[in-house]
Amino acid sequence: MLDQIRDLYQEVVFDHNRNPRNFRVMEDATRKIDGFNPLCGDRITLYVKLNNGVIEDVSFQGQGCAISTASASIMTEITRGLSEDQAHRLFDTFHRITTGKDENVRLEEVGKLAVLAGVRAYPARVKCATLAWHSLEAALSDAETSVTTE
Amino acid sequence: MKAAAAQALRATPELEFDVERIRADFPILSTTVHGKPLVYVDNAASTQKPRAVIDSITEVYEHHYANVHRGVHTLSQRSTEMFEGAREKIRRFLNARHAHEIIFVRGTTEAINLVAQSFGRANFKAGDEIVITAMEHHSNIVPWQMLCEQTGALLKVAPINRRGELELEGFERLLSKRTRLVSLAHMSNALGTLNPVKALIEIAHERGIPVLLDGAQAVPHLRVDVRELDCDFYVFSGHKIYGPSGIGVLYGKEALLNAMPPYQGGGDMIRRVTFEKTEYNVLPYKFEAGTPSIADTIALGAAIDYVEAVGMEAIADYEHRLLAYATDRALHIPGLTLIGTAKDKGAILSFTLERIHPHDIGTILDQLGIAIRAGHHCAMPVMDFYGVPATARASFAMYNTFAEIDILMDGIQQVIEVFG
Repeated sequence: MLDQIRDLYQEVVFDHNRNPRNFRVMEDATRKIDGFNPLCGDRITLYVKLNNGVIEDVSFQGQGCAISTASASIMTEITRGLSEDQAHRLFDTFHRITTGKDENVRLEEVGKLAVLAGVRAYPARVKCATLAWHSLEAALSDAETSVTTE
Repeated sequence: MKAAAAQALRATPELEFDVERIRADFPILSTTVHGKPLVYVDNAASTQKPRAVIDSITEVYEHHYANVHRGVHTLSQRSTEMFEGAREKIRRFLNARHAHEIIFVRGTTEAINLVAQSFGRANFKAGDEIVITAMEHHSNIVPWQMLCEQTGALLKVAPINRRGELELEGFERLLSKRTRLVSLAHMSNALGTLNPVKALIEIAHERGIPVLLDGAQAVPHLRVDVRELDCDFYVFSGHKIYGPSGIGVLYGKEALLNAMPPYQGGGDMIRRVTFEKTEYNVLPYKFEAGTPSIADTIALGAAIDYVEAVGMEAIADYEHRLLAYATDRALHIPGLTLIGTAKDKGAILSFTLERIHPHDIGTILDQLGIAIRAGHHCAMPVMDFYGVPATARASFAMYNTFAEIDILMDGIQQVIEVFG
């Protein structure tokens, strides 16, 4: 009966929601940013440790729905070790996947990100998936201390 | 409640309340969502519209429409009569003394802003106090905060207990010689709590303090008599009582409204304009600058006719049984916590599920055709009080059925199963 919903709520999402990776405070973070989704009240605090333009460590704290928690968790896993440029490009790809603006994105080439592609069928939930990523973008640009999805 | 008693609630209603007949009047209720029959239980956010309201709008535009209060031509006069007829219907509905005590605004939010910016700005000074409660909707918080910034007045917040009931002693203690207004929800949108407004108004009036009631949630569910309550202002939105959006009502006592300066300037609110001086119009027009939402106002009149025909007492009684049944079923779901368990409640069921975020609940229920609200319900301070980021909220209307509550509860069980 709930087959459709499995595109959005894949087992990987449940796994990351139940056991979020890198869900911790980082004392020696070089960047720390608070993200907020005013629509649903989701909050994230993202910690990034940059070393010579490379994301040496990334972690998060906060509370949110399964989609936002899983998205943040997956993001911390796949951005660690990336250069800032690589992370920016990944954000761009992620943005195109989740908003469905680019039909040419080949899901098989984006690895774990593909898990979250299902969100594009749920416009009301896209912001849940993108909160962590917007926070990372803001953290890397060091422009603000807080970011919202609005 | 015993299961047998709950079953009794479920078994008898159709005998006394012909819900199927009401449902037949609401075209949207026969629609499907994701291939499932729509179960619409997001009525505290907005209600669906009966055919009579939809037809009323069409009829105005097809046969009667022109601007009001202006022309000598036939259509303008006809529109004016229908428009003013709606005002009279609302006067009767609220049992106000005069039709000119009924001011048309865009909704509850605009009505509260009007009182804040007109009554408040004219009368409140630095150090004066406005008392609200901890269960208010943002629309009964932010206009006062803005007024406080403008005037130096202070906002005081009466506490609530864990059940979501107002703490009467705490409320009374807040009333001081500096209190200029009490403004509170008749019924809470996030918790369902019905406040003992008559008693609260008496307490405030003993000290000479006027009271504004935010009736956005209460008005669709119970009989409101502003003279019996003796409230000084009563505000509500049309769209929550089966009428159109963009139209709402401010009731105010004549003497208060007369003493208040206009809220907005423009056409209709003046008697005579020169560049040196402008003489304002009388009530209610003083507060109705510009061309109003004519067809929507007339359609709100049609909505009031509709609920009056069903009967507010019958609606209140039926919804009360729906709520009792839903509450009983909800309490049997492991991991479900009700947020808002006041003794006196309207038909709102706010809840959380252990380890499942309300947004996830909302998305999965939507797949089952069930429309609930998930979020902070424009009441972030209430969420903070309960230490939750959000709740899921099912809110019932006169067209909901016991069978729909079964579908909702089965849906919640499925959410729990999906999340394992």
